Amino acid sequence: MKDVKLSDYTFKGIEHGEIADLRTLDASDKNRILYAGVDLDACDGSAVFMHMDQSTVHCESRDPGVELLDIKVAMKRYDGLPEYAWKLVPADKDEFTRNVAENVHGGYFIRTKPGAKIAKPVQSCLFLKAEKAGQNVHNIVVVEEGSELHIMTGCSTAHSTTSAAHLGITEYYVKKGGKLTFTMIHNWGQNATVRPRSVGVVEEGGVFQSNYVLLNPVGTLQMYPAIHLNGRGGVARFNSVIVTPEGSHVDSGNRVILNAPDTRCEIISRTITTGGVNIARGHIAGHAVPCRGHLECKGLILGGGQSLAVPELDATVEGVELSHEAAVGKIAQDEIEYLMARGMDEAEATSTIVRGFLNVDIMGLDGPLAKAIQEQVEKIDANAM
Amino acid sequence: MLKIEDLRVSIGDKEVLRGINLHIREGETFILFGPNGSGKTSLLMSLMGFSGYNITGGRILFRGEDITHLPMYERARRGIGMSFQRPPTIHGLKTSHLVQMCGRGREMDIPAMARKVNFEEFLERDINAGFSGGEIKRSELLQLMAQKPSFVLFDEPESGVDLENMQLIGKVVRRLLDGEVDLPPGMCAKPLKCKLRTSGLIITHTGYILDYINADRGQVLYKGRLCCEARPRDILEHIRNYGYQECIKCLDEPNGAPSGLTLL
Repeated sequence: MKDVKLSDYTFKGIEHGEIADLRTLDASDKNRILYAGVDLDACDGSAVFMHMDQSTVHCESRDPGVELLDIKVAMKRYDGLPEYAWKLVPADKDEFTRNVAENVHGGYFIRTKPGAKIAKPVQSCLFLKAEKAGQNVHNIVVVEEGSELHIMTGCSTAHSTTSAAHLGITEYYVKKGGKLTFTMIHNWGQNATVRPRSVGVVEEGGVFQSNYVLLNPVGTLQMYPAIHLNGRGGVARFNSVIVTPEGSHVDSGNRVILNAPDTRCEIISRTITTGGVNIARGHIAGHAVPCRGHLECKGLILGGGQSLAVPELDATVEGVELSHEAAVGKIAQDEIEYLMARGMDEAEATSTIVRGFLNVDIMGLDGPLAKAIQEQVEKIDANAM
Repeated sequence: MLKIEDLRVSIGDKEVLRGINLHIREGETFILFGPNGSGKTSLLMSLMGFSGYNITGGRILFRGEDITHLPMYERARRGIGMSFQRPPTIHGLKTSHLVQMCGRGREMDIPAMARKVNFEEFLERDINAGFSGGEIKRSELLQLMAQKPSFVLFDEPESGVDLENMQLIGKVVRRLLDGEVDLPPGMCAKPLKCKLRTSGLIITHTGYILDYINADRGQVLYKGRLCCEARPRDILEHIRNYGYQECIKCLDEPNGAPSGLTLL
């Protein structure tokens, strides 16, 4: 992990007032955010949240089934959210959690009504605009019994060169029979420091599905979100797509703890290194039977860099079924030639194979976001060839 | 259409094609016979332009243009298409997407095309992932239908195909070679069809494909040389009766005994 000096960043005094209409943001900011997966011009989520530097600037729910509050408001209104706040992520876990706990700038509190199936995603955007800004965010998501929710969260800096730090705590609670799909797209820059700390609990029959996309450079990012499947029949799935160009240092993994019978999980990560360092971790622990888990890390090196896969399986009961598959490879010449025989030139063939490898389609994203991802994937090849 | 002049090809240190001369005319289907290891697949791969097949002599002319050293995709764009015998699996690339790309922007009704090769259920599958022999053939044909080549290279269209699929594949290969066109009703198909006929170079072991297509000419490739030009059915008949040993005699006749080959 790259060393981070929090004293390099300013964690005070970079505040902004409310932005009632997010369409009024600068075109360049909106474009950066679009590449983080949130289209502010066409914003039609069931709820919309935006945090800029050290202030929540927009917080609006449009669906009666979803409650969305700035975390500070929620803490006041619900007496410090004793059931939820800092229950999964210990405030004193590390210097980053301590830094956030001492001085929360904002974040979202999202809670569904029991049984509510929210059709449109909640759109959330965490944005770093000021140079040297340090951002302390605390998010809490509660999916009540039998409810379904999709959160699309985009994190971005204003410029690809912005030097800033994002520290984000997220605690997920998926109650009995609930389903949470959490799609996160990062669009940082070469000077961004990113330290998310996320933990979730899934109760009986609940489902947690995470999609994560990082295609652009990031100075240093380290995260290892963990999901505890504590109720019978719980399911967790993680899909990650990570690209590390030169200068990027990413140490990222997913952890699932199978604590109840009939739980299962799947962790799939696809990484491409085009000159940076990519550490792909994965950890599945099975402590109850029957339970099943599969971990798959596949990496490609295109042009340079380091790809380190660290899969771990931990079984403590007889009958646990866990497997992993880790591979680091290259684009096969026979695949390129197969496509060239169909009339594609080498660059087209390579980008087609890379797109397939990254398999972003699996996340079922569409519209401008899918287009933005497509463009970015094409850029990867241009850089790598 | 395709003219091969004294083509010599090596893989590593080994010469696999030793001076091939062949002329395939517009609309003609040429059948290539030969035992395993005789260089048939190498010839197809060299014509398509695969890496690893080093052309050490001679040239390949396609419609009068020297394509000997053109990259593979340029050959494809000029109208050469190839059906692969063992194509690679590309994870995350859906069959329908690849078919779309084969069309290079042409408007197509992919499901309708897939129906013709009984392949609709596979359109959303990753290309070649877990496909059986017959499924690979149908997938390759579907891609060629989208690509619409004017010259097709087929490596053993019947290998790994059961009898039921053989009929389907035979018919589709024929349609491809006949230059399938969708004509407005009432219009006479004949002149158009003649004009659009696709040329082909087909490798076959069993000859089953001959039941479905109008093959004009055939020849045997033996140890990197062509010999025994005749009607494909006659060659097949002869091979069935006598094997390939007779070909050695044939090779000997024009230039005397080549070194390393003995007269049986």
